[in-house]
Amino acid sequence: MRSLRRFFTRLFNLASGRVHDERLREEIEEHIALQTAENVRTGLAPVEARRQAILKFGGIEATKENYRAERGLPSIENLLQDVRFSLRVLRKSPGFALTAVLTLAMAIGANAIVFGMLDALILHPLNLPQEQSLYAIERGSDHAPAESYPDYLDLRDRNHSFDDLATYSIDQAGLDTGENPSRAWVYEVSGNYFDVLRIQPYLGRFFHGSDEHGPNSAPYIVLPYATWHSRFQDDRSVVGRVVQLNKHPFTILGVAPPEFHGTIVFLSPDLFVPMVDQEQVEGWSNLNERGNHWIHLAMGHLKAGVTPAQAISDLNSVGAYLEKTYPKDDSQMTFSLARPGLYGDTLGRPVRAFLAGLMLLAGLILLAACANLGSLFAARAADRSREVALRLALGSSRRRVLRQVFTEAVLISLAGGVVGLWGSIVLLHGLSVWCPSPQYPFHVPVNPGANVYAVALLLALASGFLSGAVPVRQILRTNAYEIIKLGSASRVGRRITVRDLLLAGQIAICGVLVTSSMVAVRGLVRSLHSNFGFEPQNAILADTDLTMAGYSGDRVPAMQKRMIEALEAIPGVKSVGLVDWSPLSGGGSRSIIFADQTTDFRPANAAASALMLNISPEYFNAAGTALLTGRAFTWHDDKDAPPVAVINQEFALKIFGSVKNAIGRYYRTRGGKRVQVVGIAEPGKYENLTEDPQPAMFLPILQSPSSATYLVVRSERDPQQLAAAMRSTLHDLDAGLPFYIQTWSQQLDGIALLPSRLATLSLGVLGVMGAMLSVIGIFGMAAHSVSKRLKELGIRVALGAQRREVLQAALGRAFKLLAFGSAAGLLMGILASPVLASIVYHATPRDPLVLTGVVLAMSLLGLLATWIPAQRALSADPLILLREE
Amino acid sequence: MKQKTDVLQGTLALMVLKTLDVLGPLHGYGIARRIEQISGDLLAVNQGTLYPLLLKLEQEGAIASEWGASENNRRARFYRLTRDGHKQLQNETQDWEQTAAIIGRFFKARAEDLS
Repeated sequence: MRSLRRFFTRLFNLASGRVHDERLREEIEEHIALQTAENVRTGLAPVEARRQAILKFGGIEATKENYRAERGLPSIENLLQDVRFSLRVLRKSPGFALTAVLTLAMAIGANAIVFGMLDALILHPLNLPQEQSLYAIERGSDHAPAESYPDYLDLRDRNHSFDDLATYSIDQAGLDTGENPSRAWVYEVSGNYFDVLRIQPYLGRFFHGSDEHGPNSAPYIVLPYATWHSRFQDDRSVVGRVVQLNKHPFTILGVAPPEFHGTIVFLSPDLFVPMVDQEQVEGWSNLNERGNHWIHLAMGHLKAGVTPAQAISDLNSVGAYLEKTYPKDDSQMTFSLARPGLYGDTLGRPVRAFLAGLMLLAGLILLAACANLGSLFAARAADRSREVALRLALGSSRRRVLRQVFTEAVLISLAGGVVGLWGSIVLLHGLSVWCPSPQYPFHVPVNPGANVYAVALLLALASGFLSGAVPVRQILRTNAYEIIKLGSASRVGRRITVRDLLLAGQIAICGVLVTSSMVAVRGLVRSLHSNFGFEPQNAILADTDLTMAGYSGDRVPAMQKRMIEALEAIPGVKSVGLVDWSPLSGGGSRSIIFADQTTDFRPANAAASALMLNISPEYFNAAGTALLTGRAFTWHDDKDAPPVAVINQEFALKIFGSVKNAIGRYYRTRGGKRVQVVGIAEPGKYENLTEDPQPAMFLPILQSPSSATYLVVRSERDPQQLAAAMRSTLHDLDAGLPFYIQTWSQQLDGIALLPSRLATLSLGVLGVMGAMLSVIGIFGMAAHSVSKRLKELGIRVALGAQRREVLQAALGRAFKLLAFGSAAGLLMGILASPVLASIVYHATPRDPLVLTGVVLAMSLLGLLATWIPAQRALSADPLILLREE
Repeated sequence: MKQKTDVLQGTLALMVLKTLDVLGPLHGYGIARRIEQISGDLLAVNQGTLYPLLLKLEQEGAIASEWGASENNRRARFYRLTRDGHKQLQNETQDWEQTAAIIGRFFKARAEDLS
């Protein structure tokens, strides 16, 4: 108690120091006066009496010092003094302060962003209780995140390792709440989904496993919080309301808590419905098809004490049983475990690789920033060596001088950290509200929390200390006498210092970044003009699914034909085609195929797995896909006609050996149906831009019907006008059919080109940051070397040196470092670009434009960084300089 | 610069408290003088060390101070014991006596008493 009270008093006294000093002075004076009077009484002469009194009192200054120490908190007082002094010094050199703060702000900002993403996507992806024991099951050697529903049921009921297994699948459905019917992204989930994930409803109740009693038995909806907020305006009476889903009545049971966004990080759903209602939600049912792997991931919490390895062997034994029992449908029934948040390893691996790459780059940037700061501090310490020497000479301890240097470093790093953190928060927030594709409910939920702040500030402090430590040796070795006598010690070293190496490394890193961002940009530009196997220019897509408006059976193709005819009638429209999923739209369906002579149609005997697109006769015209040979379809290729297909080049090569060979030949589909090849289409891209050529087959929509509908409208008309005309035409046909209309290029931008755009953007940003850091580094070094050698330069000028020679003397080393670092960076960038090529289509460094671009950019950076120091060196006036010292 | 509460410091604080307890409010010089007198001028302390100690005691709340007039009618700071200080004095006197008694017993101890 007593010491606490004393502490507060002392803290308070920090602020009121003057008054106390005055009080002590008065007391001492009085004390000595009284003692003097006493001494005089004993017979001493007044002068001697006062002397004796002072002697008896002891060291007055020491007393004052002790008194002060007793009164306040000396360490805090000193700290405040250092802080005040540092602020004053920094205010006097705003250029240095600004450079240092910005350097750190960039580095800390970059690291905070990367850590924020890491935190949100890898460390806490789903925000679920006990997430560490939640595992998703992947199948086969290629870690497929897909299962069939019957297999899921068997896995769920036969394993002994999981508490329970839930699963989900994602699809779209038409939601009609009584107003405008619209499309909604639906999570079809197993009844036990919420119970397995251990979450509680925010409002109302969830459905449970016990609500399921066979197909279409549980017409219930659970709303995610976001949907409740945006579509139902936080209306609490929504529980119990009946809405139409694909024209079927569903009852809203409850609302999920705000922090729950489904079980894939990037895709937040609009609704949750039980999977047993698949027929109503999608228009057909795969619930009984063991060979159809349409559900996404089975996942659950491991039982207490069960290790992942045990669970895998348990699942594998169930798999072996299934393979034996259902040889026609099940193969590759071996399993592995992954985290569910990033769709198992499918998204998890690239995301982790991407983040690891970003992390590495951000770390390098931080290192470069520290190196820069270190050399800035060192240069500054050299410039201030006189001041330090003076302080030492006046009796300051080296520790105190160092403390002041560190205070300055920490102040700068804190300022940099705060600015960087602020920037990163703004950027991360932008990222989390960003919606790359208006068609898909993508989002990147990366809102920074306390741990991001903590990491950023910790990094800032650490880098402050690290770079503050660079000039320590310099200060410890300061010889006050020598420096004050001789002026600053300007010995020009010829040997390579650590600082030079740091700078060269930094330039190299910058070179890597500049190289790879240029490679990425070039790749992106080229992929915009490359051949996808269709022509996205001058084409508009309208997509919908007829089940959303309740169409089924024969009404589907009839309606599709009516839509095509209605759109063809719009003036200016050249052709209208229909496909059930457009290439590079993120969707896709595939089917295994067999050679014609196959008799045993089990999956293991398949000749290939081919992408399957169901199209209308005019599709190739509308999409701009060229036929290499053969014919397209007609409306006569219907159910009563023999099955036909147009295959792509890769299919022809893979199954029939050559394009010429394939026409008129047959292959078989699942179940053994014979299909004749009538045409060969040009090669194309279907799932993503960087894929290898894949076999694909186009089937006539009348023989292979599908309710999913992409209408491709080719026209030279203004897209906006045309889109409006299309919308009203389609609305007239069926007002209850929700459509999404956009140009084909827009759709590609949102999905297919997204990875390239993201990579290019992040590399570009990092490249700019790297460039700025290098400029600062080179500038710091050049400016320092010029100011150190100004006297020497003046003498050289006086002796008749030419401008070129002066520049060479002043900046030669900086330029050498720049050339060396850039070359190393370029080389490393070229070596690293195969990695980039897997993200950005057509990314190659063997491109003269990239090489010249990099060289040009680096020389420009050098020029920029050395401009001011060069001017200063050139203006060295021997007369003024020699007079100065 | 840090002051450690060594024996002498603690003892001096005790002396100050006791002096104020016996004599009532006093200024710094008065306290120093009394301590000298009572200790029979055997204890030669730098009088200056008294002031940081007075400050510490005041901050701890054992004594309080206010301006008053000294014998020769000048402004002087007078210190007086507070209730907390009184309690502290009692406690410390007890502690001190106990310590002194123990030490005294050791000094009186002879070999035969311990066998």
